[in-house]
Amino acid sequence: MTAPLHQLGVAELGRALRAKTVSSTELTQHLLARVAAAKDLGAFLHVDEDYALARAKDADARLARGEAGALIGVPLAHKDIFVTRDMPTTAGSRMLEGYLSPFDATVVDRLNAAGTVSLGKLNCDEFAMGSATENSAYFKALNPWDRTRVPGGSSGGSAVAVAAGLVPATTGTDTGGSIRQPASFSGITGIKPTYGVCSRYGMIAFASSLDQAGVMARSAEDCALLLSAMSGFDERDATSVQQPPQDFHARMLAAREGATAAQPLKGLRIGLPKEFFPAALSTDVNGAVRAGLAELEKLGATLVDVSLPRTELAIPVYYIIAPAEASSNLSRFDGVKFGHRAKDYSNLIDMYEKTRAEGFGAEVKRRIMIGSYVLSHGYYDAYYLQAQKLRRMIADDFQQAFQQCDLIAGPVAPTVAWKQGEGADDPVKVYLADIFTLPGSLAGLPGMSVPVGLGEGGMPVGLQLLGNYFQEGTLLHAAHALQQATDWHRLTPAGV
Amino acid sequence: MSKNSQLVRGYEVVIGLENHVQLSTVSKIFSGSSTAFGAAPNTQASAVDLALPGTLPVLNRGAVERAIRFGLAVGAKVAPLSIFARKNYFYPDLPKGYQISQYEIPVVQGGQIEFFVGDEKKVVKLTRAHLEEDAGKSLHEDYHGQSGIDLNRAGTPLLEIVSEPEMRSGAEAVEYARTLHALVMWLGICDGNMQEGSFRCDVNVSVRKPGEPFGTRREIKNLNSFRYLVDAVNYEVNWQIDQIEDGLEIQQATVLYNPDTGETRAMRTKEDAADYRYFPDPDLPPLMIGADWVERVRGEMPELPTVMAARFQQADGLPAYDATMMTQSLAMARFYEAAREACGAPKLVANWLMGEVSRRLNTEERSIEDAPVTPALLAALIQRIQDGTISNNSAKQVFEALWTGQGTDVDAIIEAKDLKQSNDTGELERILDEVLAANTKSVEEFRAGKEKAFNALVGQAMKATKGKANPAAVNELLKKKLGA
Repeated sequence: MTAPLHQLGVAELGRALRAKTVSSTELTQHLLARVAAAKDLGAFLHVDEDYALARAKDADARLARGEAGALIGVPLAHKDIFVTRDMPTTAGSRMLEGYLSPFDATVVDRLNAAGTVSLGKLNCDEFAMGSATENSAYFKALNPWDRTRVPGGSSGGSAVAVAAGLVPATTGTDTGGSIRQPASFSGITGIKPTYGVCSRYGMIAFASSLDQAGVMARSAEDCALLLSAMSGFDERDATSVQQPPQDFHARMLAAREGATAAQPLKGLRIGLPKEFFPAALSTDVNGAVRAGLAELEKLGATLVDVSLPRTELAIPVYYIIAPAEASSNLSRFDGVKFGHRAKDYSNLIDMYEKTRAEGFGAEVKRRIMIGSYVLSHGYYDAYYLQAQKLRRMIADDFQQAFQQCDLIAGPVAPTVAWKQGEGADDPVKVYLADIFTLPGSLAGLPGMSVPVGLGEGGMPVGLQLLGNYFQEGTLLHAAHALQQATDWHRLTPAGV
Repeated sequence: MSKNSQLVRGYEVVIGLENHVQLSTVSKIFSGSSTAFGAAPNTQASAVDLALPGTLPVLNRGAVERAIRFGLAVGAKVAPLSIFARKNYFYPDLPKGYQISQYEIPVVQGGQIEFFVGDEKKVVKLTRAHLEEDAGKSLHEDYHGQSGIDLNRAGTPLLEIVSEPEMRSGAEAVEYARTLHALVMWLGICDGNMQEGSFRCDVNVSVRKPGEPFGTRREIKNLNSFRYLVDAVNYEVNWQIDQIEDGLEIQQATVLYNPDTGETRAMRTKEDAADYRYFPDPDLPPLMIGADWVERVRGEMPELPTVMAARFQQADGLPAYDATMMTQSLAMARFYEAAREACGAPKLVANWLMGEVSRRLNTEERSIEDAPVTPALLAALIQRIQDGTISNNSAKQVFEALWTGQGTDVDAIIEAKDLKQSNDTGELERILDEVLAANTKSVEEFRAGKEKAFNALVGQAMKATKGKANPAAVNELLKKKLGA
């Protein structure tokens, strides 16, 4: 071992564990110490050392028996949106403070079965609503590249934990960009698969038609390894795609037809939507993204101009549909069955009102109100129905574009990570920054964020790659080729 | 306008029904929990039923299959694509804060129900039938001033069947409800237990002057007995007419019927109607029902009551009314068919089932499955009528004996009770002569052209023979003696 353990990725750690050059227990102890030392980053909402070490011991026993699973003994942590039996789940909300689920989310269950060792639960925006992890009801998460800046959100804790070398990989969820944007802001690799590839069972719902689980790690290869273990049909989720688990790692490695050693991406057409490169795009982001694209060209890809004419409409469409679904999904938090209940109340309505007033934060309340409004009698047709029509048109635009290309590329966000508190007074400004991630979410397409260098203030910039439905293999293959040829993904914040 | 729709105080009554039919699936509509009635509170509520964070609904295909069966039975369109929607409102026994139901596109569209009111056939069109989940129950007793919530019922599958407002009297409404109740049990999609809430009626009632547009309706909720249904409708109709006659307007409202007072009382009016913010449930893909699924269900359907009734008319020569009565329930139809098979006298079997058997069942509040007189016994009895061994009157005595368990052998009872019909013409002639001698007035009246007087003489003759004489023989002999 030359590099410190915490700098190694999932694939390397897996090899080391199977070669017994390190035990899962040693690795887990090392990382738990780092987690404890980095408490001020606000990445974890809950850490359970005893649980983690017990799991590591189990993994070491499996390894000792000669089991060869790629993830046995690999430490990770889960976004606190996934319910877990062994640790509390809060969704970043006071509403669920101390809530213990009687079951594990399917994604958690599958990663447990694969032998991973969970260190704890990761901070996030309350109910995954936000782009900076400043909406966590508990504390903010800080960007390890610059602690005065946000790490992105809503999977901010997941991004921070990976970027700060606390765990090699984390789970996240992406509704409108909540994996890709924090991955970009924190200089790591993230993937959100096609809607339906990962089961939503046990993922606390924000916007059901958009929510999708994914992975945040330090390389495309690591993402592929985790995604293989956590995806696949689940009979408990009627929207999960009826296909068996896939070996995304093998698909990532599969050589393209006509590829050469120097040009592994020969023949790959990458579409650049002109709407993703507006004049207002900050020059540092534009520069880094162009540098990434130039590397992809060197690897044999061809860049083609495409158009996604309704890109700007994705913002209002998303901010109608997502709050509409959220307003209904969050109705179950009523103080009757679980979670927070107000202490003093005079009657049922009073109990509801106080419970929800106390339990939910400002952004959640804002979205419940927007959602209730757009679904209400007399407004449904003008807002919700209209938004659904536009959503279909946005998806159609992608299919038009994919006639001319295999992948679509652009920036993840218009800027690098902003300063803490900057978005606090102007929610709409923050919503507007989601412009490049929302169209893919609305269409249900798979997407990645891949580091392509640093921008303003030495902050990381991510390249967004979007594939057509179920083209995770193509996405991972391109990202992996880029990471084989470049070192951007190896950049770490100072001191990590 | 049907002749049954008598006007009430000059007003025409307009009634439409919404029935909540609990489907007989073993597990709930969106979870694997049991639907069995009567378990200890919350022992049949899973994580999904409790709406724990992260849970998702998965549709029970058994519930869909039952909806398809119903759709086929009423000649409706089984929608190839239907949508589950969320009906959002807060209530403690509604765990998710919304009910999953079908709103804009239901699974069953159209169709009709046919039934008899008296001997008049009536056809009522259906608007739709849709699948939805039931809520839990709030328990307001024994919780130290607080309310308890039992979520065992939450997620129980319901088929809500909505009729067009085509009924014109309480009598029609109750016959519609009875027919629907019989049909869902016939199809095996509902256990029909009204006490346990498996079959609930909501009745929409309005009144209008003939020829005028529909009046404002009020909905009587949760009627769980057919008798209450008639009483509630009658009370409501008169109440509405009183209001109108007093110059007051009817407010659209939901009302409850109190069987103790016999009155209806408004629960909520339209002004406080909630905005349910319906929208398609993103957790459930559209329900797609392919032609192959429909055909498979069709292949597994029992013969429908209407089809069976037509068969009884054609093959057995039953009148339409009798055929419908014989198909009121599968058990009735099976009884009829078995008895008819054994004695070969369909009309007599129908008469007995509609007459003595139904009378005894009704007074004793029993169902035909529990009838002590089996199809074989009834057939044996009918055979003894047919072959002239006993008269109809005597047969009633035998039936009584069979029903009350005095015996299980028809011939033995006839013997024991000495009911054998007398076919001794010499003896009969002697008795008739006595009757004629004792009733000279009737004889004169008959001769003067009064047909009724003949019947009186027959009656006297039957009385004199203690009902044992063969009525046909009495008729014939009397006519001969009177020279008619």
